[in-house]
Amino acid sequence: MKTVRVLIVDDHRLFRSGVRAELGPSIQVVGEAEDVDSAVAAIAELAPDVVLLDVHMPGGGGQEVLKRVLGSGSQVRFLALSVSDAAEDVIGVIRGGARGYVTKTISGTELTDAIVRVSEGDAVFSPRLAGFVLDAFASTEAPPIDPELDSLTQREREVLRLIARGYAYKEIAKELFISVKTVETHVSSVLRKLQLSNRHELSRWATARRLV
Amino acid sequence: MLHEMTEMPNAPEAYPRMVRPVSGRVVAGVAQGAAAQLRLDPVVLRLAFVLLTVVDGLGFVAYAALWMFTPREQVNGREPSRDWGQLAAYGVLWLALAAFGWMTGAASGGFGAWPIAIGGIGALILWQQADPGRRKRWMSGAVRQVSTTWVRTGLGALLVAVGAIGFLAASGELAKARTGLVFTAVVVGGILMIVAPWLASLVKELQRERTERIRQEERAEVAAHVHDSVLHTLTLIQRNAHDSREVTRLARSQERELRNWLYQPKQDADVSLAAAVRRVAAEEEDAHGVPIEVVCVGDCALDERLGPLLHAARQAMVNAAKYSGAPVVSVYAEVETDEVTIFVRDRGKGFVLDDVPEDRMGIRQSIIGRMERNGGSARVRTEPGDGTEVMLTMKRNP
Repeated sequence: MKTVRVLIVDDHRLFRSGVRAELGPSIQVVGEAEDVDSAVAAIAELAPDVVLLDVHMPGGGGQEVLKRVLGSGSQVRFLALSVSDAAEDVIGVIRGGARGYVTKTISGTELTDAIVRVSEGDAVFSPRLAGFVLDAFASTEAPPIDPELDSLTQREREVLRLIARGYAYKEIAKELFISVKTVETHVSSVLRKLQLSNRHELSRWATARRLV
Repeated sequence: MLHEMTEMPNAPEAYPRMVRPVSGRVVAGVAQGAAAQLRLDPVVLRLAFVLLTVVDGLGFVAYAALWMFTPREQVNGREPSRDWGQLAAYGVLWLALAAFGWMTGAASGGFGAWPIAIGGIGALILWQQADPGRRKRWMSGAVRQVSTTWVRTGLGALLVAVGAIGFLAASGELAKARTGLVFTAVVVGGILMIVAPWLASLVKELQRERTERIRQEERAEVAAHVHDSVLHTLTLIQRNAHDSREVTRLARSQERELRNWLYQPKQDADVSLAAAVRRVAAEEEDAHGVPIEVVCVGDCALDERLGPLLHAARQAMVNAAKYSGAPVVSVYAEVETDEVTIFVRDRGKGFVLDDVPEDRMGIRQSIIGRMERNGGSARVRTEPGDGTEVMLTMKRNP
């Protein structure tokens, strides 16, 4: 099995070493970075497969790293890892180009799985992110501008619901009588809609949620 | 007042009855209430009332009628004080317009004044519609509010001066009054020059004090919160360092509380279903020391139908936390247009449903029985070694 080369970007040294220790043998940590500038430099130099990205960091946070790295045409994949549950942060970093979002309470094995999944080009949704997406795509009365991008299919909704209910991909596949690969396809397609849909409600929904 | 406007689209009723708000009122809150109803800026309606009052007192009659027929908004606690600065500004504006109307004869001209009044209101509405975002920013913030009040007062004063001079000129008295006017202007100007620097420093000092006070209040609030919750929990953790289970429970409950404080919209757990589900989960998590992860999609007001649903959900959480042995319990609540569904799931040891004795209260009575008695349904899916999922569904009140 091919090992996945990972760069850990987080401004807490204790947390970086904690993650390093928890990751399984299929993951090779090639480096660490503690702020936006060092992260951008390390990504350019080390070319990791996956970047574990903290959302809140000095110098603009994870979104700034995403903007600078993906803006320069890099193909590196990002998995956002944060203590924050705020919809604004979650939706923001996914719209910024991350392929998944997990909270720091995640266990070592689950995190290892998530990294492998992201390195293969799939998406990783936490139950909460799935809940946010369902909420954001449901909270509109206006007809979608681009029906293909602005609404979820019935199947995608079912998959997201099961993720929100705490099902793992394997369990979802069993529940819906489809293959794990198909589940991954559905989640990736939701991720694409989340990133590309220019329905401004999405961002507005995320910010409005804090202001109520 | 703007706050109320932005909240309007989320109001439960599509067409709420017009009320006269107490906070932010200038006279009786009629203009503000009507503005909220029409989703306009109250300033527009206030100006319209002032303008119409100049025209044969029409605005006054309309205001009085609306005042009589509109109920006052209920307020709890102390009534907010009236904004006298604004009232003075509108008063001066009215005086100026009245003087102008009397001078030109527009007011008594009846229909002659109508085009001006209508044109004015139209222009104001256009201005109001022009760029709501930017105007909202202008109008929000107390400092801005104060400065617009000053601008309005200044404009009113200017109109009064123009009106008075025009009146004197028209009645041929201007030449006589000129020396007196010049004298007054010189005296007032002199006094202003002496007092202005002192006034300016006073205003600056007041503003500085105000921002400092706000900052201190905020710091005090954060400090109080940190002290009451975080420091308290840290002390408890040190004292219970030998009991890892208790330490985890304390840390977890503090984490949850801090998260709610930082990220969750303020919601009342007696009113909103999502907040109620979160509260139930938090209580059971504290009671049993097993983390309960809650995800809510959509929300609705709590009513009597949803009470049994919450009770059943609580019982399901208790079962999962107490008996399943799972390290974490997932709760998912979804509010759809016609029904509410709550899933409680664990990856614990599971059980054989048919083996549960008839008299076991937990599953049969508290969950399935309760849901069915109240017109809902419950489905329990479990297998030994494969965890348990309880699905609760309740139709919503139409």
